[in-house]
Amino acid sequence: MQILSDFQLHRPTSVDEAVQLRRELGDGAALYAGGTELLLALKMGVLEYEHLIDVKRIPGLNAIGIKDNALHIGATATHRDIETNPLVSEHVPALSQLERHVANVRVRAAGTLAGNLAFGEPHADPAALLVALGATIELVGEDGRRSLPVEEFIVGAYETELGESELIEAVVVPLPQAETRATYLKFQVLERPTVGVAAVARNGGAPTVVVGAVDDKPVRIEGVDDYVEAAREAVDPVDDLSGSAEYKRHLTGVMVKRALEALAA
Amino acid sequence: MRVTGTINGQAATLEIEPSTLLLDLLRDLGYTGAKPSCEMEVCGACTVQLDGLPVSACTTLAIELDGRTVETVEGLANAETDLHPVQQAFLKESAFQCGFCTPGMIMSAKALLEANPSPSRDEVVHWLEGSICRCTGYEPIVDAVLEAAEVIRK
Repeated sequence: MQILSDFQLHRPTSVDEAVQLRRELGDGAALYAGGTELLLALKMGVLEYEHLIDVKRIPGLNAIGIKDNALHIGATATHRDIETNPLVSEHVPALSQLERHVANVRVRAAGTLAGNLAFGEPHADPAALLVALGATIELVGEDGRRSLPVEEFIVGAYETELGESELIEAVVVPLPQAETRATYLKFQVLERPTVGVAAVARNGGAPTVVVGAVDDKPVRIEGVDDYVEAAREAVDPVDDLSGSAEYKRHLTGVMVKRALEALAA
Repeated sequence: MRVTGTINGQAATLEIEPSTLLLDLLRDLGYTGAKPSCEMEVCGACTVQLDGLPVSACTTLAIELDGRTVETVEGLANAETDLHPVQQAFLKESAFQCGFCTPGMIMSAKALLEANPSPSRDEVVHWLEGSICRCTGYEPIVDAVLEAAEVIRK
């Protein structure tokens, strides 16, 4: 049995209280929501914290709604909440579909979208599609609120723009227009995707393609004639359990081709 | 910290260290149906229901019990003659061999049928994708879940 080191649990009941705790406890504290990434890292001893700030009991933070022509997904909404939410399936069906295939049903029941982004694990599904859809992250901290594109929020592997006193309040996805087409396809043999490809075409225009899970952060491909070749050249894969770098480069091309075919279908 | 919740229909107030995992808590209380196996939320052998949804007890803090309901396989039947329809269907279809994955499979299947009483075969397969069985080849498990669905609907 793996044993966790002791920590103190804090349960703020408002976002302001959570920010205050973040400010007081500094880097000795981690935000804790679904725990599907954090608890694994704590169990393996990769991370250790004296304090966990459990944001799950902040009322309303898991709300999913539409405001100002955008889908607002509260920070503690789980993958399953998003998968089964009728507003998401009506307005951004590609996101419902993506969420339906994240990890397994137990991870989807506990894990949150915001937590997935905040943890910054590169081998994950949501970031690629969110980048392609132009989604932003709403952050709140001691200096107030700010909003960042998901693309800028993710800095690299396990590295984000999340400030020391900050937490994510919501993930905001602009509502795609009626003529917009979006898809996310992945290839996966283990628990995490080997390659994930999002493709979004707005109003019949040229698509934006984003390759996820291969590099440390999503790779955007647009304004090119040959997306397949451009994607194969743009990614910088490494050898790992999911396959060799060469294999993943090849697979990137295959998945980009399939994603574009799915968009055109 | 002091935690009050419900385990298998019984109210429980417990003093729990925040670092205790739900799987350890349950097994220490005698609910050994949930098995420690992969320990990284991949295999499903430790699946229990938390407020109705399946979770990996190996990667869930025990304090999550606070104000919530946990169900383990021990809560399903009072006696051998009083099996839950999912358990009955597993027996009928011989949906297990060594039995190690069975409590997790049954809790996951029960959660599915509570969320969706009429799943298609594909929906059963999709739901159970994260539960690993090394004996059966899965077909009898999927058959059993579909059969249990039919029994429960009647």
